[in-house]
Amino acid sequence: MTSPSRRDFLKTSGFLVVSAGAISLADIAAVQDAGPYADPDFRQLDSWIVIRGDNTATFYVGKTDLGQGTGTAFRQIMSDELDIPYDKTTVVMGRTDITVDQGGSGGSDALQTDGWPMRRVAAEARRVLLEMAATRFGVTSDRLAVSDGVISIRNDPSRRVTYGELIGGKRFNVALTGKDIDATAGIAKVKTVQELRMVGQSPRRFDIPPKVDGSLQWAVGVKLPGMLHARNVKPPVAGAKLLGIDESSVRGIPGFVRVVRKGNYVAVVCEREEQAIRAARQLKVNWQKPPVAPFPTSEDLFDYMRGATPTSTIAPVTSGDIDRALAGAAKVLEAVYDVPFQGHTAIGPAHATADPSNDQMTIYSNDMKSYGLRNGVAQFLQMPRDRVRVIWMDGPQAFGRTAADDAGFEAAFLAKELGRPVRVQWMRQEETAWDTKGPAYTISMRGGLDGDGNLVALNYEARACDHNHLGYNEPDTVLIAQLTGMRRPTPARGGVSTPSDMYVIPNRRMAGHVVGLPVVWETPLRTGNLRDPNGPQVTFASESFIDELAAAAKADPVAFRLKLLTASADDDGGFRRARSIAVIKAAAEKYGWDARPSPRSRRAGNILAGRGIAYAFRNQTVVAEIAEVEVNRATGRVWVKRLVCAHDCGLVVNPEALRHTIECGMLHSLSRALHEEVRFDGEKVTSVDWVSHPTLTHADTPETIDVVLVNGDPNASRPDLPHYGAGETMCKPTIAAVANAIYDATGVRIRRVPFRSDRVLAAIKARSA
Amino acid sequence: MSRITLTVNGTPHLVDVEPSVPLLYVLRNDLGLEGPRFGCGLGQCGACTVIIKGEAVRSCTRPVSTAQGTDITTLEGLARDGVLHPLQRAWIDEQVPQCGFCQNGQILTAKALLDRNPHPTDAEIRQGMEGALCRCMTYYRIQAAIKRAAKEMAS
Ligand code: FES
Ligand code: FES
Repeated sequence: MTSPSRRDFLKTSGFLVVSAGAISLADIAAVQDAGPYADPDFRQLDSWIVIRGDNTATFYVGKTDLGQGTGTAFRQIMSDELDIPYDKTTVVMGRTDITVDQGGSGGSDALQTDGWPMRRVAAEARRVLLEMAATRFGVTSDRLAVSDGVISIRNDPSRRVTYGELIGGKRFNVALTGKDIDATAGIAKVKTVQELRMVGQSPRRFDIPPKVDGSLQWAVGVKLPGMLHARNVKPPVAGAKLLGIDESSVRGIPGFVRVVRKGNYVAVVCEREEQAIRAARQLKVNWQKPPVAPFPTSEDLFDYMRGATPTSTIAPVTSGDIDRALAGAAKVLEAVYDVPFQGHTAIGPAHATADPSNDQMTIYSNDMKSYGLRNGVAQFLQMPRDRVRVIWMDGPQAFGRTAADDAGFEAAFLAKELGRPVRVQWMRQEETAWDTKGPAYTISMRGGLDGDGNLVALNYEARACDHNHLGYNEPDTVLIAQLTGMRRPTPARGGVSTPSDMYVIPNRRMAGHVVGLPVVWETPLRTGNLRDPNGPQVTFASESFIDELAAAAKADPVAFRLKLLTASADDDGGFRRARSIAVIKAAAEKYGWDARPSPRSRRAGNILAGRGIAYAFRNQTVVAEIAEVEVNRATGRVWVKRLVCAHDCGLVVNPEALRHTIECGMLHSLSRALHEEVRFDGEKVTSVDWVSHPTLTHADTPETIDVVLVNGDPNASRPDLPHYGAGETMCKPTIAAVANAIYDATGVRIRRVPFRSDRVLAAIKARSA
Repeated sequence: MSRITLTVNGTPHLVDVEPSVPLLYVLRNDLGLEGPRFGCGLGQCGACTVIIKGEAVRSCTRPVSTAQGTDITTLEGLARDGVLHPLQRAWIDEQVPQCGFCQNGQILTAKALLDRNPHPTDAEIRQGMEGALCRCMTYYRIQAAIKRAAKEMAS
């Protein structure tokens, strides 16, 4: 059974505009219904695909598109399997009441995992339509041909019927199988790579024109009748306790409606937005500081982390005998690398609007994981799941921050309290200080070279400040749950990662520990998943150190890596070794790599140029990146003049959209490499805006970015070439590539992120002193 | 509250608000415009940009009363008779946006830049766009789109 809302949607779906690729809020309003909002049944073909009489199709996918073109890619793969023209399709995404729960976004799994059920259901729809046509024509379906949504008899093309004529406005009523949504399948087989037509092309992203002409309807712009505006009042320091509120301090503000308080959570609600902002600033609240300092200062963070007792430790990954190998090495190198907390700091702060009409809760949100928000809010407010729905809409890209969507919970909580629709938005200072943070790392490396410069021993030991890492939309760990006293008793364990490379090193040990700050609840230093949550930190250390070893061996950095990769022929099922070698070679070739050891011989003048390489994989996606830098030795300013990325994510659905994603992803890590660091005194975060927490700007932008899409599969044209994820891997090597290039240019090794001018200048001065 | 007349994209509007309210909230909440957006409220990012007297102005720090009697252009008003501005076309041709949230500020800052300097050098583009922040890091494509639009507008 599918839900009534689903049936209503089918009824009204004839009104949907099909020229645009996405469904507008007006269309959403047209299908508003009274609920309850049952989960769409993933084992029904009708839950995934609707075909109308005019031979257009709408695909329903449980994913969200954060601006990297996944919606366009879903339309490509599904229209390809269905054999319907791409421009006759639309897609509805991330609406919990009418799209199946594919989890929203995260983990770069949009195509890698979720693409498969989408392909299979579209293939099944095609099969069913062929059978319907066969019945209509009284032939067997193998005598039929299909092209662009039109089925005809092979040797009698005048006998033809469109998909729309066969099924338009009607339900398929076809059951699917599968133990879970990822496994959803029909009887039909998907096409081979060679049969795919839309896959591999680059239709322009459908989301771009409305973003450029101002017509897009954003989650942040939702307006509902009777809607109120809310702002939070955050504790001034981590772990503070609320003693009292003087409500008379805001009662005179025009439009003032209410102060809502529960535990240490405080919000003001007003008729108008600017009134709520003023009330939040003006409200007198009496807070008590916590008895212990909640954290060290950012200057002392790494010493603190190195001295802290780990809260957990991972089992080391070992091969060979590391201690013996290091003891017997001709040359031993040691180095420590530090990466601070870095924020998500989306361009627009957290926001959501919740509507409590009909004893239900509808949340308009840009939460990348809208399904998790729905489940979390239902538990948090103790409402039945089918009385809660989340309507996903576009919002500022937040790189994982909305996976723990505080604002969605807050809006729902306040809407329930007030009995009216409430829109809540965080302020900039609140967002930059209190958004979730990528964990800080301190990593010690030790390496041993033999007399011929071969790497024979490598020891990696990491400490990640990640105790109580936030989960996805958990009703007992989101900030409002913490502040209202509804948090769970035990903190989450957190995590620590090890390098992702295919190097063959006979004696190797990789170990890791998680440490925690003194206060892990109700604190702005709470860690969450930031775009490849540990990769940039770990790869900064591991790939910088490989470069240090290459330099010590007086070897070319590319040749040194290739030697480590080709020392074995063993590969895994996805051919990660062969593909690692392929991307490094492709990057070096594209760049025009001049083989020589680093650093470059010294030049006159203030501008020193250099190049550096780094490589990593994430699951089966492998990338190599080369950065070319200019370092101003008088000011310490680093400009990355050129970036090259060789990228292998298997089958590419939309090459142009992929290139765009890779370019921007590298620049995101470049911003982390050059600028980003969360600073704090002993009780609060002091990075609160774009001045105290700078980001990459136009002036930092490279002059050239080259992206090479590689297919390094040993059987490159195999018909079952898989599509791997591509949203995060490119973030991993950038910081190391830049550090290696700075070393090549200056002979100075920077082991602490970010490479701000003052830090680079000090290091250059220290070296020449 | 006081009555204030605002001319936005050629259309006059009468609103009843506190004179000190930042223009941004009036444009968004009273006039229903989605182009200008809240990014920081501090004049640091450009997401709220509108054009007043040829200048890219940050509406989040601009009291609504000071915008009386001026012509305000927002992203929605850039197209003429349904034809996109050359910058908007270039933005589509270069496939600039990711999430798109900052692009209002990028496009309008670029418009003001090209209006006062139709043939900017690469360095002038970098400098002229410096305060328009993009956390999706679409800068490389933005700069390409500005060059493309400048070329088209010259021809
Ligand atoms: S919102 Fe106005 S400059 Fe940031
Ligand atoms: S496109 Fe997302 S912030 Fe610029």
